Amino acid sequence: MLQRTSYLTKNYGKPEGWTLPVYEATGGYAQAKRVLTSMTKEQVIDEAKKANVRGRGGAGFPMGMKWSFMRPHATKPSYLVLNADEGEPGTHKDRTIMELNPHSVVEGCLIGCYAIGAHVAYIYVRDELHLSKARLSAAIDEAKKKGYVGATPFGADYAIEIYVHTGAGAYICGEETALLNSLEGKRGEPRLKPPFPAQVGAFGCPTTVNNLETIAIVPTVLELGGEAFSKLSALHSFNDGGVRLYGINGHVKNPGVVELACGPTLNELIHEFGGGVLGDRKVMCVIPGGSSTPVLLPHETIDAPDASSPMHAYHGKSVFDVPLGVDTARAMGTMLGTCCVTVLAEGTCPVLAMHNLMQFYRHESCGQCTPCREGGAWLLRTVEKILDGHGTIADVDNLSDIASNMMGNTICAFGEGTAMPALGFIRKFRPVFEAYVRGERTRADARLTVA
Amino acid sequence: MPFRLSDERERELEAILSRYPTRMAALIPALHLIQDQEGWISDEVIGWVSQRLDVPPAHIKGVVTFYSLFNQHPVGKHQVWVCRTLPCALRGAGDVLAQCEKILGVHAGETTPNGNVTLRTAECLASCGTAPMMQINKEYHENLTPEKIDRLLTKLMES
Repeated sequence: MLQRTSYLTKNYGKPEGWTLPVYEATGGYAQAKRVLTSMTKEQVIDEAKKANVRGRGGAGFPMGMKWSFMRPHATKPSYLVLNADEGEPGTHKDRTIMELNPHSVVEGCLIGCYAIGAHVAYIYVRDELHLSKARLSAAIDEAKKKGYVGATPFGADYAIEIYVHTGAGAYICGEETALLNSLEGKRGEPRLKPPFPAQVGAFGCPTTVNNLETIAIVPTVLELGGEAFSKLSALHSFNDGGVRLYGINGHVKNPGVVELACGPTLNELIHEFGGGVLGDRKVMCVIPGGSSTPVLLPHETIDAPDASSPMHAYHGKSVFDVPLGVDTARAMGTMLGTCCVTVLAEGTCPVLAMHNLMQFYRHESCGQCTPCREGGAWLLRTVEKILDGHGTIADVDNLSDIASNMMGNTICAFGEGTAMPALGFIRKFRPVFEAYVRGERTRADARLTVA
Repeated sequence: MPFRLSDERERELEAILSRYPTRMAALIPALHLIQDQEGWISDEVIGWVSQRLDVPPAHIKGVVTFYSLFNQHPVGKHQVWVCRTLPCALRGAGDVLAQCEKILGVHAGETTPNGNVTLRTAECLASCGTAPMMQINKEYHENLTPEKIDRLLTKLMES
């Protein structure tokens, strides 16, 4: 059973639900006020740690720990930067927060800035999301007029300014150091780490980069208390706490976004929330959390015979019936990513699906590192050759070789983000690739849509 | 006529500059502001921005060519972007694009002969839950159907 909650989404669908009066009528800004007027930053970080908020952007890094890396610098200011570059194919959750509950972001920024010792927050929104930017800017203006944002928020002697910054159409700017370069007015090319943003971030100053949803849930963490928040999750014991937004798209009857306690299963998401598969077909595979996460097939099972394994409780179960979290997804050989599931029904061509994604990665590679720039191009050319019926078995092997040689050989995780889904498709659908080579399948019959 | 930023946009640029510790950081917002006025970023504009923000022209050229939303050539009066990436493709983005090409009489990447509409494909626009979708100028149009596309594009051709 899906455990629906409504902390982030309580004002979704209400008339003018994105405005300050509605937000305040449901307890909005009470936590920012409490934090800024009565708590120390250590206390805030402590609550954040106890809440076990895993970063909502894809990597799942614990938010509280990230905040604790921030040290005041003798001469430099600190910054909070929000990543709202939502561009991972299959991801459509942050947009709903910006459009329908922007004040949770503003309040989260106030608390986040205070916790990490920053006085300025930049919200980096991809340019295409014009409504999101307008709603965020309007929310900041409303909060400024009330004196919640500005020189003395809630009367506290702790100035905070929040600005919306816009990108210009580049998926790579969702990578935190590329985002920082973009914020500084440069090409969005990722930086080498270390130094990490907590030491050298925006404008050379200590910086925390958090996903927008991560920050938006912070007022709820403070409202419930860290531990109580964490325990809402089915995966509290995996240090994967609280509630978050789940998305479902692709071949389901009712695609959309829903707020749930962490740890629904794929079957629950597909059938209970998604209303089942289009045409009542069977699922061929799912992409669990954005296009960079390797596909999962319904017949895959958890293999954890060792009683001391944290996954032992799920030993032998289908991966579609295991609570979906940061660590459980990793144990399934994939990643939770952005928590937005793309469903591909039976009848879809996996080679064509991979081809579509390789076009994406070829287009979006920043071009800095050779393995990613050239590898992405070769993956696309090779899968195209196979689709067109000119491929050989050696070409199928080559796809694996190219992808494997990208892994770990690039400045940022974009290389893995391209190679991992490619390897997933090749390993799990190899017979289909070979069918193209043998001429048993042709591009003319390949479909991505189902009737 | 030499390039000049409108008074209103000039004020907006001043506000943008006040948000950042460096002038370079205002570059991307400034380029958006200018493109909204001019439709594209010419070499003349690059020269102007270089003076205004004290950033080398080569740096600005690098930025303009990096980001897909900056037009390096004049484009149509209206911009149509059809999302082609997998989640939209699973719900018929291919047919959406084919219909747009048919109605507008141009291929993706081209502008209608009267200069009214430029049609392009886009990579994932974060509307996967409301696919298929397209963006017309600054607005999203989601859960597209053939009838809806017909209506939208006919209106656009006439405006």
